[in-house]
Amino acid sequence: MEKEKHRISDVLRERDTERRNESYNEYVKQVTPVFSTAANCVKAFVIGGLICVVGQGLTSFYLDRVQDLETAKAYTTVSLVFLSILLTGLGIYQKLAKFGGAGTLVPITGFANSVAAPAVEYKKEGQVFGIGCKVFTIAGPVILYGMFSSWVLGLIYYIIQIIR
Amino acid sequence: MAKNKYIGKQSIEFGNPPYIISEASIVGKKEGEGPLGPLFDQIIEDPMVGKENWEEAESELMKLTAQKVLSKAGLKNTDIRYLIGGDLLGQLIATSFGIAELNIPVFGVYGACSTMGEAMTIGAILVDGGFADRVMAITSSHFAGAEKQFRFPLDYGNQRPFSASWTVTGSGAVIIAAKSESKKPGEKEIVITGVTSGKIVDYGIKDSMNMGAAMAPAAFETIKQNFEDFNIQPDYYDKIITGDLGYVGRNILLELLKEKDYDISDRHMDCGLEIFDMNTQDTHAGGSGCGCSAVTLTAYIIKQLKQGIWNRVLFVPTGALLSQVSFNEGNTVPGIAHAVMVEAK
Repeated sequence: MEKEKHRISDVLRERDTERRNESYNEYVKQVTPVFSTAANCVKAFVIGGLICVVGQGLTSFYLDRVQDLETAKAYTTVSLVFLSILLTGLGIYQKLAKFGGAGTLVPITGFANSVAAPAVEYKKEGQVFGIGCKVFTIAGPVILYGMFSSWVLGLIYYIIQIIR
Repeated sequence: MAKNKYIGKQSIEFGNPPYIISEASIVGKKEGEGPLGPLFDQIIEDPMVGKENWEEAESELMKLTAQKVLSKAGLKNTDIRYLIGGDLLGQLIATSFGIAELNIPVFGVYGACSTMGEAMTIGAILVDGGFADRVMAITSSHFAGAEKQFRFPLDYGNQRPFSASWTVTGSGAVIIAAKSESKKPGEKEIVITGVTSGKIVDYGIKDSMNMGAAMAPAAFETIKQNFEDFNIQPDYYDKIITGDLGYVGRNILLELLKEKDYDISDRHMDCGLEIFDMNTQDTHAGGSGCGCSAVTLTAYIIKQLKQGIWNRVLFVPTGALLSQVSFNEGNTVPGIAHAVMVEAK
């Protein structure tokens, strides 16, 4: 079935404001160019993959030295966070994200960036009301709902344990 | 009794059309690298303009522009009776901190990116009405300050949709006067002959990253009203110039007007599309911000009029009236557009 085409003449002819707005929104959706999802997925895969390769490289490097996988993983996390913050401060991470999209958002480097960027931006407003209050403006929801959902999952797990 | 100056539904036809006797524009590095680069009075490469933060940087931009527009006219601050100015920052801090030192009585105005049209309208009314001999209309915007206030910290890694615009770093100012004061040989004089002031127009767009679509209906209503109030057709103007509709909004505006049997496609121009080169400067839909239309007017449009390349233009800065709060609370993005009729004499 061919998708219905929304015409601007229908928007102007519509007397009911709500329906006019609906019609206009449909029309705008039609005329606004969007990114190609497929291309974005490929870019995200490449950049996200590269970040993971760096992570794996770091893990192997540390594993050779500490002989304990858990410790090596911890070092890897710290290193990736450090690299992300460094690149954020140098203004490079944003450029990487512009290309890689979710590829830079999903790994832990994305989280570090979302905390470091407000810290850089709001430094001018002071240590307390600037950095202190605003450092989690982007990461805040992730922390809050991350903790909340782990609490919910824990509760479910607990109930399942009892039923068993 | 004086003749009425209001005309039609939303317009004014000035009895003694005020003159634009001086204009100035100062922009940032990216704007300087754009197609209009050579036309600006000054390009400041340092995004901080020698200051500590974005807000102060914008204030400094505005102050320098105000000083420039005065010096170009050979005037002092005391020669200006009123200053009408605005910007995008909350509580107009770029304006208040920028022009404080000038010691000129001031009206702060907010019309988002349409502010230059609003400021010029009020200025022309004051001058034509005999309430002032000279007024200054000035606006500014700063990319980083606007990003911080309306979107994300600069270094945060996110992606901008194609419909998003790029806030212009820059400030533009004009001096509107009752008398022609500084006519240069070979240059035409510039007058404001009329205005059509915009209503708030809301077609229910909720996407703050598609401001062109949100503002296009406002531009449409104001331009249509201008034609109706003055009983004219699009060919009355050499150019019809919107503020910052960008690629998406521009096409919608042309379509909307076509529905009302007004075809302006051969004479329409959008400041947001002029100021950046979309293909090389990665600005997506085009430039935006209070500074966008102000610097394009002062650097480019007025020059074209002075040189007689165009004789009559309709300057229609467009604004999207949203705040981060209204957006977060799920509100729509209403638009506004103020039309100013500028002519070479």
